[in-house]
Amino acid sequence: MVPLSHYLALSVILFVLGAAGFVFRRSVITIFMCIELMLNAVNLAFMAFSRFLGNLDGQLFVFFVIVVAAAEAAVGLALIIALYRNRESLNIEDLDSMKM
Amino acid sequence: MELTLLLMLLPPLIGAALNGIFGRRFPQWLVSLVACGASGLAMLFALVSAWTYAHSALDPGPSIYSYFTWIQAGSLRADYALYYDRLTLVMTVTVTVVAFIIHMYSRGYMEHEGGYYRFFSYMNLFLFMMLTLVTAANYPLLFVGWEGVGLCSYLLIGFYFRRKSASDAGKKAFIVTRIGDAGFTVGVALLFWTFGSLDFGNVFPRIAGLHPGEHAGTLTAIGILIFLGAVGKSAQLPLYVWLPDAMEGPTPVSALIHAATMVTAGVYLVARSNALYAHAPLALEIVGIVGGLTAFYAATIAVAQNDLKRLLAYSTISQLGYMFVGCGVGVFAAGIFHLMTHAFFKSLLFLAAGSVMHALSGEIDMRKMGGLRHKMPVTHATFLIATLAISGVPMFSGFFSKDEILAGAYAGPLGHPWLYWLATLTAGLTAFYMFRAVCMTFWGKSRLAPETEPHVHESGSKMTVPLAVLAFFSVVAGYVSWPKPWRGSEAFDRYLDPVFAPSEEFLRSASIERGSQLGAGALMTLAAIAAFIGILIAVWLYWKSTEVPERLAERFSGLHQVLVRKYYVDEIYDWLIVQPLRIGSEKLLWQSVDAGAIDGTLVNGTGEATAGAGGILRRIQSGNLRSYAAWILLGTVLWLVYVLIRS
Repeated sequence: MVPLSHYLALSVILFVLGAAGFVFRRSVITIFMCIELMLNAVNLAFMAFSRFLGNLDGQLFVFFVIVVAAAEAAVGLALIIALYRNRESLNIEDLDSMKM
Repeated sequence: MELTLLLMLLPPLIGAALNGIFGRRFPQWLVSLVACGASGLAMLFALVSAWTYAHSALDPGPSIYSYFTWIQAGSLRADYALYYDRLTLVMTVTVTVVAFIIHMYSRGYMEHEGGYYRFFSYMNLFLFMMLTLVTAANYPLLFVGWEGVGLCSYLLIGFYFRRKSASDAGKKAFIVTRIGDAGFTVGVALLFWTFGSLDFGNVFPRIAGLHPGEHAGTLTAIGILIFLGAVGKSAQLPLYVWLPDAMEGPTPVSALIHAATMVTAGVYLVARSNALYAHAPLALEIVGIVGGLTAFYAATIAVAQNDLKRLLAYSTISQLGYMFVGCGVGVFAAGIFHLMTHAFFKSLLFLAAGSVMHALSGEIDMRKMGGLRHKMPVTHATFLIATLAISGVPMFSGFFSKDEILAGAYAGPLGHPWLYWLATLTAGLTAFYMFRAVCMTFWGKSRLAPETEPHVHESGSKMTVPLAVLAFFSVVAGYVSWPKPWRGSEAFDRYLDPVFAPSEEFLRSASIERGSQLGAGALMTLAAIAAFIGILIAVWLYWKSTEVPERLAERFSGLHQVLVRKYYVDEIYDWLIVQPLRIGSEKLLWQSVDAGAIDGTLVNGTGEATAGAGGILRRIQSGNLRSYAAWILLGTVLWLVYVLIRS
């Protein structure tokens, strides 16, 4: 049996990778992909706990997360398309109209 | 009585309101009608109240009429209540009669002045306040009247407010008397703290029932503090400096407020509080000594004055000193007697001076007068009568009242012979400077300016009739108290016995009996001699011309200058008190504290600190999405750490 800690470690690594990518990457699409990565890292953690605690609540939560992630991706991509049509760029540093 | 007292008080108040609010649109005759009518009604009901009181069972004790609860704060209760006894009777009748005569005179005097309605509004208001003062049944209500007359004095002194000297004089009067008022307030507070009440009907009987020496320290302190208020209001040393400057106001104001009524409020206050002073003889002695010194001091200044109104102002200060001597040696009735006679002859002197000023187009320097007796016979005659009265010439009113005070100074319960001699010397000086004034103004050759000479004529009847009425009173008012050495009964003094006798008895029993070398008859003769000597010297020096006195003034120029410059007291006060206060206010309080600390550090500083902090915190809102993301992440991590550590 693979110990729980291995699953959790993987989850954490994936999450940190996603967070780092979220902060440091320039392309908006890449940032969205990192968001998805973070969500999936959390999914993994939930599943692992569900397996090891013998409780189905974790898997139920995963369902919700997947649905929300999908909806969010759809909306986010629509936003990106609208942004690109207006700004001609997918570089997050170019989205600076709120700067002083 | 409740009704008649209100009917006495209300007309002046209503008159003041009517003239004050609507007077600008009234024709002059209507303003006069309202004001003189109000004053006349006050006089009428003062007389009616007096008659009612005298013919009822209320006489001779005090009656207290309470109309409504005014102050109720903790244990302090002060009602709007009026106190009527024989002293109140004397005061109200004197005040209203003199006020009415002066109101009538003012119709003529102020006829061509601007602000006619304003003048009469203030005069009526003053009358109301003065009557409130003398009828009050407790110290707070008395203080309301006290402050009210001070306010009206300020308004009327500064009546010609466009003249800087006038508005300065008004401020000076109010500020200087305020110093006295501070003492008065503390004294009243101390009284309340000791006795728990401020009602005359409550406090005075209790104090009268105390044993000698009981509460002596506290009562002495209260007595001195309350006297401090009187020192300010009645222009005694050292708070007299406002009264000469108060001559900036119209002459009827000087007559009413600064001769007959307001300045006598201090004397009334001391007389009303006689029960208190009887049990604080040290305070009473101070009253007498201050009065005596002031009387002499002011007389010496009057000797060298050339401004007729200023001379009369110093004369008022001096005569007020006499009244305080009367109270201070324990013959309160004599002090009040002199208050009454003085009201008549001093207001007459001022009104006559006003008549002269009117004829000479505002000239008030006696060196530019002379020979007016033929051109202004009525003014001359009435002024002369008043001068005879104030000089203490026998058979005129001033003689009787001044004499009673002198007798008291010599042999009264708290009398001192030296005080008597000082007061007699002052009487001689008084006769001197008053006859000097008569000589320089009315007798001898004319020194008038050529432009004014042809226009000089006697004033109209609106002014001369009041002069004649006052002259009549200046003669007969003294006859109400025929002296004992002339087999008289001193009826006036006996009349006031219910008010003063217990205190006078108490003082007499507590004092040491001194054998007096001079009998009452001798004292009276000495006083008359002093007056005659003063008159003779004045006439001899000033009758024909001012040559001899001018040469004397040159020879003794040092002393003469000191007197003319009023002992430089105004300059001393300015250097000692006014300038330090002004500089302190400007440099310290204004620039350092107000502009620097409060405006700068507190107000502006807070603003700048907030702006600075804001400037720093603003940088978080950079508009840079990546930094937002980083902050969110950082916050999440920190929170997680916190949760983990906590568990």
